[in-house]
Amino acid sequence: MDIPLPYYLCLSAALFVVGVAGVLTRRNAIVVFMCIELMLNSVNLALIAFSSFLGSITGQALVFFAMAVAAAEAAVGLAIVIAIYRNKQTVDIDAMNILKW
Amino acid sequence: MSPSMSDLTAIAPLLLVAGTALVVVLVDALAKRNRILGPVLTLAGLAAAMTFALPALGDAPASAAFGGMIRTGGFTSFFTLVFCVSGLLSVLLSMSYIETMVPGKGEYYALILLAVSGMILMAAAGDLVVFFLGLELMSLSFYILAGFARGRMTSNEAALKYFLLGAFATGFLLYGIALVYGATGSTALAGFPSRTGGLQQPLLLLAGLALLMIGLMFKVGAVPFHMWVPDVYEGAPTTVSAFMSTGGKAAAFSGFLIIFTPALLITQPALRDVVAAVAAISMVAGNVIAVTQTSVKRMLAYSSIAHAGYILAGVVAANPAGSNGVLFYLMSYTLMNAGAFGVVSLLENPDGSMLTFDECAGLSRRSPLVAALTAVFMFSLAGVPPFAGFFGKYYVFAGTVEAGFTWLAIVGVLMSVVSAYYYLRLVVLMYFNDQPGGQAVAVRPFGLAAVIVAAIALIGFGIFPSILLGLTARCF
Repeated sequence: MDIPLPYYLCLSAALFVVGVAGVLTRRNAIVVFMCIELMLNSVNLALIAFSSFLGSITGQALVFFAMAVAAAEAAVGLAIVIAIYRNKQTVDIDAMNILKW
Repeated sequence: MSPSMSDLTAIAPLLLVAGTALVVVLVDALAKRNRILGPVLTLAGLAAAMTFALPALGDAPASAAFGGMIRTGGFTSFFTLVFCVSGLLSVLLSMSYIETMVPGKGEYYALILLAVSGMILMAAAGDLVVFFLGLELMSLSFYILAGFARGRMTSNEAALKYFLLGAFATGFLLYGIALVYGATGSTALAGFPSRTGGLQQPLLLLAGLALLMIGLMFKVGAVPFHMWVPDVYEGAPTTVSAFMSTGGKAAAFSGFLIIFTPALLITQPALRDVVAAVAAISMVAGNVIAVTQTSVKRMLAYSSIAHAGYILAGVVAANPAGSNGVLFYLMSYTLMNAGAFGVVSLLENPDGSMLTFDECAGLSRRSPLVAALTAVFMFSLAGVPPFAGFFGKYYVFAGTVEAGFTWLAIVGVLMSVVSAYYYLRLVVLMYFNDQPGGQAVAVRPFGLAAVIVAAIALIGFGIFPSILLGLTARCF
């Protein structure tokens, strides 16, 4: 028997919420970034499940775009983190406090 | 359904901008010593894209290219013009500004061009996938541009905050696209969302649309998704702030107009009320916090949150008057905000410390021209009649009243009065305060030319608003 669609969607939503919770609670820029990647991958899971159940290819095509975008985002994001580390010797986002009010 | 030549001509402006970006990167690598070729090529590419976008300006109904992936027509052309104007002004302002800040980095101009191509892709999107790609192309370029002054801590911090929060919002937006796809069975925007197919679960569709809306509201910088705006606009190089706050905002609003169309908002009254509430909170919070600022750049950042609220009011209206108002507002906002940030870039200390209100005291004695230009932008931002900013607000609020959201228009007008306080405070300081000292005005002929052109255009569109309104009326 096939696994019903809601199972996939619940898993995807759970992963997404874990990602969101991680972004909101973690203080290390790299860990925050990993949580964002988790959010994007939970979306990929939902897309593939929809694609398979609807019998439509669009969802799977979008997953490839999402993966390419996530890779580009990783390159830019890590470069920014390295630039910060060179200037500040820390990647703790609580230390990013020059700009306020 | 293989692509034809007419598909290529339909995206000619996009191809020109993206192609110029690649050429600028090559030129920077091959002709290291030549500092003027990059910006000149960039200006030429943007101007050429504008001329290719002009003929389609009068075309009313959107026609499709690439099997419905790209929409052409008046709407796309109008937004292409707005993005190119924003890019042109920013490049002119950046010449010699960015060179003194970060010497020998020619990829700056290529990044601006790539961001403009992302924006054009967003406004031309006929499919959520294309929209997502355009949005990411723009955002990734912005992340790098915000951190462009690598040695400066403020720029680093702006880039990291923008990147983390921007990627976070991308997650919401993509999840929204996935749920909408599941509910309707396709990512195409044509016939969206009333088509049959997909799971036909109203709740799934509503959740998807809500997540999409969160992603877009983050990009336009509306309260409560505005936390990044002041930090990023303040920390980024001023010319980059000018570009992000005008082109970037216009691109995000083009997304609002093509996804949350009037037809969709009327069938989803819950979403419409949410947009109305967000618009009202943005106007109040942006303006009230802007009053307390001492840094001119940060004041402009909070005022841009308030302006996002005004423009959202035009989206809430969901009628032709409101939509026309949004387009008119975006064009005039691009001119006045790029001009305002441009003036800040001329007045700023070269060491990167923030320009405060006090440093502008007595500016009319030191530089009557720059003071007069600043006054034009401040009056226009405040919405004083002879300038285009007034008509933008007028059309947006006229549409809002027509749609029955009178309370929203009242909030908007009251908050415009609050905004007059901090805009005019700058003008009063410049003209009626004779404190000696203050920073000498930087001599940058290109930057000054850009600011003068923006001011003239603002006055022109303010006296003859029908020029612009004739174009926007044929966009839908």
